[in-house]
Amino acid sequence: MESRNTELVNNAPRPTGPGSVISRLFRSPWALSRGLANSSMFRYVVRRVLWGVAMLVIVSMLTFIIFYLLPSADPAQLRAGKGATPARIAEINHSLGLDKPFYEQYGIYMKKLVLHFDLGYSYHNEVSVKTEIFSRLPVTFSVAIGAFVLWILLGIPVGVISAIKRRSLLDRFTMGASLAAISAPVYWLGLIALFLFSSDIGLIPLFGGSGSYVSFSQDPGGWVNSLILPWFVLAAAFAAFYARMVRGNLIEVMSEDYIRTARAKGLSERRVIFRHGLRAALTPVVTMAGLDLGALFGGAVLTETVFNIPGVGRFAYQSIIDSDLPSIQGTVLFGAFFIISANLIVDILYAFLDPRVRY
Amino acid sequence: MTSLLEIRDLHVHFRTRDGVVRAVEGARLSVERGRTLGIVGESGSGKSVTALTVMGLTRFPNATITGSIDFDGTDLVTLPDNQMRSVRGQRIAMIFQDPLSSLHPLYKVGWQIVEAIQAHEDVSKGDARARAIEALHEVGIPSPEKRIDSYPHELSGGMRQRVMIAMALVLKPDVLIADEPTTALDVTVQAQILDLIRRLKDEYQTAIVMITHDLGVIAEIADEVAVMYAGRVMERTSRETLFTKPELPYTWGLMRSIPRLDAPRPGRLDSISGMPPSLINLPTGCPFHPRCPYVMDVCLKTEPELLESERDHLVACHLQPADRRRIGRELQTQYRS
Repeated sequence: MESRNTELVNNAPRPTGPGSVISRLFRSPWALSRGLANSSMFRYVVRRVLWGVAMLVIVSMLTFIIFYLLPSADPAQLRAGKGATPARIAEINHSLGLDKPFYEQYGIYMKKLVLHFDLGYSYHNEVSVKTEIFSRLPVTFSVAIGAFVLWILLGIPVGVISAIKRRSLLDRFTMGASLAAISAPVYWLGLIALFLFSSDIGLIPLFGGSGSYVSFSQDPGGWVNSLILPWFVLAAAFAAFYARMVRGNLIEVMSEDYIRTARAKGLSERRVIFRHGLRAALTPVVTMAGLDLGALFGGAVLTETVFNIPGVGRFAYQSIIDSDLPSIQGTVLFGAFFIISANLIVDILYAFLDPRVRY
Repeated sequence: MTSLLEIRDLHVHFRTRDGVVRAVEGARLSVERGRTLGIVGESGSGKSVTALTVMGLTRFPNATITGSIDFDGTDLVTLPDNQMRSVRGQRIAMIFQDPLSSLHPLYKVGWQIVEAIQAHEDVSKGDARARAIEALHEVGIPSPEKRIDSYPHELSGGMRQRVMIAMALVLKPDVLIADEPTTALDVTVQAQILDLIRRLKDEYQTAIVMITHDLGVIAEIADEVAVMYAGRVMERTSRETLFTKPELPYTWGLMRSIPRLDAPRPGRLDSISGMPPSLINLPTGCPFHPRCPYVMDVCLKTEPELLESERDHLVACHLQPADRRRIGRELQTQYRS
């Protein structure tokens, strides 16, 4: 993914690039603005942002079309409850605007979104979707960032040790365990974790169980306690995947010619591995980590559902159950926004990590 | 003069799943200060493994290394890893075939040279950087104070190899091992790099070990030559003697396979028939016998020893010395005409 909009150029004289943008920051503001407008990096970012906006429009359109084409429960019927008269359902349809053709509904929706950043109101309970999502974002961030820190702290060291001690007992054990962790579905692992360690139903009641989430500002200790199980469950597969990726990358890099050169210079093996090997092996891992974190900001649907955490993921799940189009649309757009942004950030970051990448 | 680096009876074997790879079998080589030893041979003849073993870079868990590598009074085969590390880079340096893949792509060339200096000497970054600039200047890189902040991919192939040489020579090593340093370069750049190596050798009295499959490079730069085949040194002599009075059937084959400008063009360029042997299942007797046009019964049974044929001319071949000289002479005249 990272190479899609970037290219490797050999022997090329260097025009203005990301490095020079930074160096310009230290000159006068006038030079900075002129430099930015001229720099290929700036043009690249503008182009990518415009593409990102186009992508969001396409995503919203697709969500609308899919909602109308695929059979789903009738929102008005759900709203009206059992035994509602046809007149009542027609009334609800009219008040929600569902009696208009769908392209007209889409037009109204987009107009409100663009002019007022208004994501509409839930068909289900008339709450503002924007408010609903914003109130849940900190929860989802808590889940995602905690798990991210865990999987990086676990995955990278395990991968490095496995690569260095290749074919050792330790390597075989960790790689076997990681395969198990990658293969275990989150909902299964989550239920096992709850069954073993949750404070309500667990065999060894250690941590908060399903539905125990409290916000950080309310009770920091309770916040950590309620999130430990979800963090580990969500991080397990990622950590395992990252360990395997780091191991594979590092083993490959360690057979490169420049590693032989580093050894021939008389460097210590530690320095050869960490300064020369790991530096090259981790570049693609950074890209991957950015994309994964971005995707999780859109909501960790399974984890949040299993642990009953009031985040964006569980909200998305609930909206689908309720056939609640504005809420579905809102969560999909937020998810797409985070993924598109993460892609852009990672691609820009890549130019700083690998000097061969030019825009 | 006594040799600075003397390799005696070196054996390097690697245990693999397919069997034991006998990469080097009883190599005997030596080089003196300010001289150039050329090692010539095909791929898999053991020339690179010999060089890497001198650097202590073949000490893998599956490797068995026996024999001795005497370097200035120290045996490098038995030298502990931590002491080997201070020899490596500082007293014996090495440059490689492909300078693009041999330089770290993510670090500036200056950083890489500074790192080499600081690995062995306790100097400040600023001093190391000044010396790196001087080294780049020394190897003929224009405006080195700018180039020092270039990344390898921003330099041309010849410039990259110059950077490698600067990095290898910045600590003024006693020995420079060059493993096919010109193979990946354009012909004109090849000549410049060879010139540079020769000039630096004369200036610092560095001993050079030049590994190549190209007899043209040998003719250009070597003082002594060792012809390697299947992990063995088969012929060892001065460059003069090698080109005027070669005594080994394999060497004759190598010479005949060079195209020449000063002779009528033959219909097809001669090549040595057959393939280099597998280092796991070597033929019995002389390893070259399946490809040798002069093969005799004895060649299938016993391996020839590397013996002195004339003064300073060692040959490993069962042919009678008189016959070898006669055939060599005939081939030379035929080849000249």
